[in-house]
Parts: sequence; C-alpha cells; structure tokens
Amino acid sequence: MALRTEPFVLNVGPVHPSTHGVFRMRATLDGEVIVNIEPVFGYLHRGIEKLAEERTYSGIIPLTDRLDYLASMSNNLAYVLAVEKLAEIEVPERAEYLRVIMVELQRIASHLIGVGSFLNDCGAFFTPFLYMFREREKVVDMLDMVSGQRLTYNYMRIGGVSQDIPDEFLPALDKFLKQMPGFIDEYDQLLKENEILLARAKGVGILPKELAINISASGPVLRGSGVKWDIRKADPYSVYDRFEFDIPTGTVGDCYDRYRVRVEEMRQSLRIIKQAMEQLPPGAVRSEVPHLLRPPVGEAYGHIESPKGELGFYLVSDNSIAPYRCHIRAPSLINLTALRDMMIGWKIADAIIIFGSIDVCMGEIDR
Amino acid sequence: MKFERYGIGIAKGLRVTIKHLFHHPVTVQYPEQRLNPSRRTRGNELIWDRTKCTGCATCAKTCPQGVIKIITSVSTEENKYVVEKFEVDTGYCIFCGLCVEACPYEALFMGYAYERAKYRRGELVQANEMLGASPERRPSGYMHPEIAAQLPRQTLLLERITEEE
Repeated sequence: MALRTEPFVLNVGPVHPSTHGVFRMRATLDGEVIVNIEPVFGYLHRGIEKLAEERTYSGIIPLTDRLDYLASMSNNLAYVLAVEKLAEIEVPERAEYLRVIMVELQRIASHLIGVGSFLNDCGAFFTPFLYMFREREKVVDMLDMVSGQRLTYNYMRIGGVSQDIPDEFLPALDKFLKQMPGFIDEYDQLLKENEILLARAKGVGILPKELAINISASGPVLRGSGVKWDIRKADPYSVYDRFEFDIPTGTVGDCYDRYRVRVEEMRQSLRIIKQAMEQLPPGAVRSEVPHLLRPPVGEAYGHIESPKGELGFYLVSDNSIAPYRCHIRAPSLINLTALRDMMIGWKIADAIIIFGSIDVCMGEIDR
Repeated sequence: MKFERYGIGIAKGLRVTIKHLFHHPVTVQYPEQRLNPSRRTRGNELIWDRTKCTGCATCAKTCPQGVIKIITSVSTEENKYVVEKFEVDTGYCIFCGLCVEACPYEALFMGYAYERAKYRRGELVQANEMLGASPERRPSGYMHPEIAAQLPRQTLLLERITEEE
C-alpha cells in the first residue's frame, strides 16, 4: 500500500538562531527535502533610505553605521565616496591610507564572524565561533581606539576621516599583523580537513557561475563560484591601485568554496594592511568641507567592495543640504536572491548551512 | 563522498582545541575587574561646559537625531547670548559625537564612563547642571587630544594575550 504524501510548509524564523537576525524562510517540504522556499523579510525595516532624505550630508554617516552593523567602516566609506564624487571633494593622502587600513581591518572582523557563524551552523557548536570572536575582539579594540566606539564607528567624514590615529595605534597594528597569520593557520588546522565539515559543506548549495553572474551576486558568493571579480581591482577606489594582492576564488561554487574564499581573503587583507602601513604618509587627515554641504545638482554612485559584496550608494542632489534621494545597493539583499536556486533539492539541515554560507546581515537587507 | 583518512582531520582539529584548554582565560570578571576603555570612548552622556558655551546652537543643528535643545536670551549689558536651558534627551542620543566635533568653542565633550542605566525614563532627559563635569562624569578624549593624553591607557586584548604566553 502506497502512503499518500503531501507537501508540508515549515516556517523557519523570524526568530531563529541560525537565521542571523530576523529573517524568515517559508519552506515547502516533501518529507525532508525542500521543494520551494520563500524568503520573507522586513522585520528590521527602519526606513534608512527615507530618513536620509531629511538629514544633512554629514548626519547620514551615523545612519550608515546601522546598515551592515558588522562592517560599519565599509558602509561609511561607501557613503562618503559617493558624496565626494557628487561634490568633487579632494581627500588628503594620509586619510586615504587610513581609510584603507580601517576598511581592511573591518573586512577581517566581518569575515571572522561570517566564517564563525557558518561553522556554527555546520554543527561545530560555538568552539570555532568563540576562537574567532577572540580574534575579532582585537580588531574591535583597535577600531575602538581610533574611533571611540566598538560597533558604530562613525569614523569616516566627507573629505577625510574624523581624527588622526593615536600614537599607540601603529604598534598595536604591527603586533596584530604578526599574530594574525598564525591564528588563521590555526583555524585551518581546526576545521579545513575536518571530515564532518567536508561531508556537510562540499558539493552542497552549488551556485553555478552563470547564475551567479545573472543574479548580479558579488563578494565571496560570486568569487566562490569561480568568477574573478573584485571592485578593488576592477574599479579601484581610494588608493587600492597601489597595493598588491590576489583575488582568491573557488572552483565549484559550493558552501565550502565560499568558506575558503573568506579565509583566504583575510590573508589578503593582512597583506594590504601591511603595505598600507609601510606607505602611510604624514600630513592632514581631513580637507576643509563646509559644515552644511550643498553639492551641485546631479547624481553620483559610489561603490566599494564591502566584506559581503558590492556596496553602493546612489545619491541625487537638488542643491539643498539633504540628498533628494539616497538609494543603497546592499550586497546581502542581492546575494540572497540566489537562495531559492541554491536550496531547492536539499534537505532542511542543508538549508541552514546554505543560508549561513551567504553570510548576510539583516540590518543591510531591510535597511 | 569517499573518505580515505577518516578521522585524521578531526584529530588535527581536536589538537587545537586541547591546546586551547591550557591557555589562560582572557575574560575578566566584570563588576569586580574592569578594563580601561578607549581614550576616545564615546560613552555615557554628553558633558557640557557652561562657561565656554556661547549658545550658538551649532551642536543642535548638527545633531542627526535632534536631541539637543537650547534656549537663549539676550543680555543687553554684556551684549551677548545667555544660555537659559541646554537640554539633551539622552534616550534618543545615538552617541555619534558629531556635536562634539562641531562645537567651535570646545564646550561639549563625550563622557568617559560607560554605565548609564537609569531607574526612570525622565532621568534620561538631562539639562543644565546635570550635564556638567564631575569626578563620576569625566570627559573623554574624543576630538580632544589634550584630555586623551591624561586618561589611562586602553587595555588591549592584543597585549594581554602576548603577555601571558
């Protein structure tokens, strides 16, 4: 006698430890296999794009901290780059180098959380996560020393950075650069060859190269699929054209590749910081910018390679003190469009890993 | 999937875990033990220096949240503004520090302390004398390097780990 079966709808989230925030997935299951998945978001909507329309250009910088709260520095940089493009403001050389150092430190911190929570989702329950949090703490300490806060830095300014680095920053950074490669090796030793991780992540959630390009994915998700695309190389902003670094890519586009790309990117970030530290010129860190900036009528798009992918700010100015329109191209949201294609056919336990491997931040998705 | 050396990877990983077992803990027991925050920390409420403030309201214009309220009156004999009320609703403050940066007379500071819980919501709205500096309300060195030089050195996890190993 054949059993009559029918699809079953399972609600994952919005409050669920492995949805990294308040994300909800409505999964239609056939037994344990996912046949359809429907992402639902908007639980963290704060209307940042609309709020930006009634704030001054400098008053929006604290708002951008609250987008991808794991990488506030990157958000700040993307925004100030857009404003500088709009108003044609020159940035002192030293400020450019400081920006690069901060953003690359931030990339390490964000990838540590991305990798840590991915391994957490894989079932390596909190041991690697806490090791990585310890390393992240060092980065956060340094960014705190420079900017005065641990999460919402608000450090970049239109035309430079808010203040010069304190004297104890460079020795601390030097120490960090010496220690960190050893710790990355340690993580590799911890889980790179772990058979359970390989069985769970290898070949799971494959995102083919063509699909990744078609959905305009970016960041480690795109590079994990084997596409050598990095805005730091493709359209160098700030002073990235002066540094030497590689773009790590995956081969298949599975969860394991995305995880490896993140770990390798941390090593490349360390390389960039080292070069930036050696080349750091003396001088001013901020150019003179009017207090209430009124950029000329026009529009500008500033984009950077944030830890999660291409982060862009599109600003339209009508020559008033606030932007007429501020649109944010959030990498997490765009990368998430691959979710359905990656998940269908896999089991519900794999769905958690696939979602974790995209490394999204809900603050950025809902805005 | 085929595994050839089953268990080697796990053993390698466990070696790291066991090594960590013999490391000194890096956490501290918070209320008894305290770490020094950053010299530029943007903690606690705003600190306002009445003697330096001229009532120009640059801070109020800069504040993205609009939490600073200033009421001034004109003093005819001295020919200047007198600040009657300087009020900050710290419940809405996001501690971005833009007001401290904007103040042209260096009359505003961020606080150095970090425990700012209150029993009543009304206490979050602070005005005039409540905003002054005191031993419990030390100003931090945010945008004020001369104050930063006097504050104790920030404890870095980076240094604590190397000292112990």
